[in-house]
Amino acid sequence: MRRLVNQRPGRGGTVALSCLPFILIVCAYLFYSHARLQENPGDKLLPAPATIAATIHEYAFEEDERSGNYLWWTDTGASLVRLLTALGISAATGLLLGLSIGVIPYLRATLAPFVAAVSLIPPLAVLPILFIVAGLGELAKVILIIIGVAPIIVRDLALRVGELPTEQIIKAQTLGASTWQLAMRVVLPQLWPRLIDALRLTLGSAWLFLIAAEAIASTEGLGYRIFLVRRYLAMDVILPYVAWITLLAFGMDWMLRLLRSKVFAWAEAR
Amino acid sequence: MTQVTVKHLWKEYGGQVVLENVNLQVNDHEFVTIVGASGCGKTTFLKMLLGVETPSRGEFLIDGSALPGEPGPDRGIVFQRYSLFPHLTVLENLLIGLELRGAPWLGRLFGARRRLALDKALPLLEAIGLKAAADKFPAQLSGGMQQRLSIAQSVICEPKILLLDEPFGALDPGITADMHRLILELWNTHKMTIFMVTHDLKESFELGTRLLVFDKVRIDPQSPEAFGATITYNIPLKGHRRG
Repeated sequence: MRRLVNQRPGRGGTVALSCLPFILIVCAYLFYSHARLQENPGDKLLPAPATIAATIHEYAFEEDERSGNYLWWTDTGASLVRLLTALGISAATGLLLGLSIGVIPYLRATLAPFVAAVSLIPPLAVLPILFIVAGLGELAKVILIIIGVAPIIVRDLALRVGELPTEQIIKAQTLGASTWQLAMRVVLPQLWPRLIDALRLTLGSAWLFLIAAEAIASTEGLGYRIFLVRRYLAMDVILPYVAWITLLAFGMDWMLRLLRSKVFAWAEAR
Repeated sequence: MTQVTVKHLWKEYGGQVVLENVNLQVNDHEFVTIVGASGCGKTTFLKMLLGVETPSRGEFLIDGSALPGEPGPDRGIVFQRYSLFPHLTVLENLLIGLELRGAPWLGRLFGARRRLALDKALPLLEAIGLKAAADKFPAQLSGGMQQRLSIAQSVICEPKILLLDEPFGALDPGITADMHRLILELWNTHKMTIFMVTHDLKESFELGTRLLVFDKVRIDPQSPEAFGATITYNIPLKGHRRG
C-alpha cells in the first residue's frame, strides 16, 4: 500500500471527484427542499426546481410587464459593463503605474508609500463620499471598484518588477538599453502574464464591490435585483442569480487563464 | 585599443574594507583571469568594472577616462545565471542587442534592417551550435546552451571589454572544454579584452594571458574587516592569442 501522498486519481477519477461536491450539494438541496415543501407548500426558503426553472424562464425569456425589458439580460449587461469598464481601467492603471514605480527609483520613492496607503483604505468606507461627489450614477460604482482593485494591481506589479533578476536588468544595459527600452522590451513583456494573474486574483473583490454598490444605489444590475427581491423572500430569483454570477466570474477566470497559456507560452515553460 | 588602468583603488562598505591599494595595468586584447578565496573582492572588482559599484578611493580608468557609474554597451557581461530574457526566443535573445541599438524608440528592427541584423546573428547562432533551437525559449535550453547564448548575446554587440562572472561555474564539468574552445574562438575573432572571475585554478591558467590572484595581505584577528584584499599575484601567461 503506497502512502496517501503518493496515490493519485486517474483522468476520469479526477473529473468524477471534482464533480462530487457539486452533486452532493444539489442532492442535499433537493432533499431538504422536498422535505420543507411537503410540510408547508407555501415555503419560500428552498423553492422546488420547477419553481426556479419557471422564474428563470420568466426573467430571461419574457418581457418585464413594467419596463418591457428582459430583466435577466439587462441586469447582466449593466453589471458586466460596470465590472469590465472598472477592470479595464484598473488593469491599465496598474500596468502603467506598476511598471513606472518598479523601474524608476525616484518614482518608487515618491509613489510607493502613497499607493500602499491608498490600497489600505477600505473601499466601502469611502462609498458614501463617492455617492456624494460623483452622484448615484454609473461613475460612482465604477470608481468604487477601481479604488478597491487598482492599488492592489499596482502594488503587485511593482513588486513583480522588483523580482526580476538584477542580472537581467544589468545585462540589458550592457546591450545598450535606455530606461525606456528597458521598460518596453525587458520589463513590460514580462509583466503581462503577471497582470493576468493579478486580475484573476482581484476578480472576486471586484464582484464584491460591484454588488455592494448596486445594492445601495442602482436601478438595474445583478446585485440590485438580488437585494430588491430579498424583501419578498424570493429565493427562486436570488439562487439562480447567485449561481449565474458565480458562473460569470468562473468564465472570466477561465478565459484569463486560457489567454495566459495561449499568448504567454514562455511563462508556462518555466 | 582598450587599456584598463587601476591606480591605488580602495573599496569600503561602511567600516569594512573589501579592496585596498589595487594597482593594475591591462593592455588591449588580454584575457585576464581572476581567482581568489570567496569574499576577497573579485566580484566587487568586476562589479566596479561593470559600473554597478563605484570605487571609494583611487582611479579606475578605461582608455584614460574614468568609468561611467553605470553599465554600458562598451562592457559586456555574462553572469553565472539569469542573464537571458525568458520571454524572448533564442534568436530574439541574440538579436536584442542589435535591435536596442538600431531602434531607440521601438527597440525592434523591421524589413531590410532586420535582415541586416539577421545576417550578423545567424552565423553566430550557428557558431554556438544553437541554430536548431532558434525558436525555443531559454527555459527549454540546458545550462550549457544558455551560457553559450548569453556569451553570444554580449559578443554580438562587440563590447571593448567582456566580463565573465564565473560563467561556467554552474555547468557540468564535461561541457566546460567546449565552452573554453568557444570563448577563446570568440575572443580571437572579436579581439576584445576579457576579465573572467573563476574559482577553477586550472581554467584560469589555461585560458588567461594574465592571471590575477586576490588575497588579503594583512589580517587583524581582532577586527577582520579592518584590512581588505589586493592583487597578490599578477602573472603573465602564454594564453591562446592568435595574431
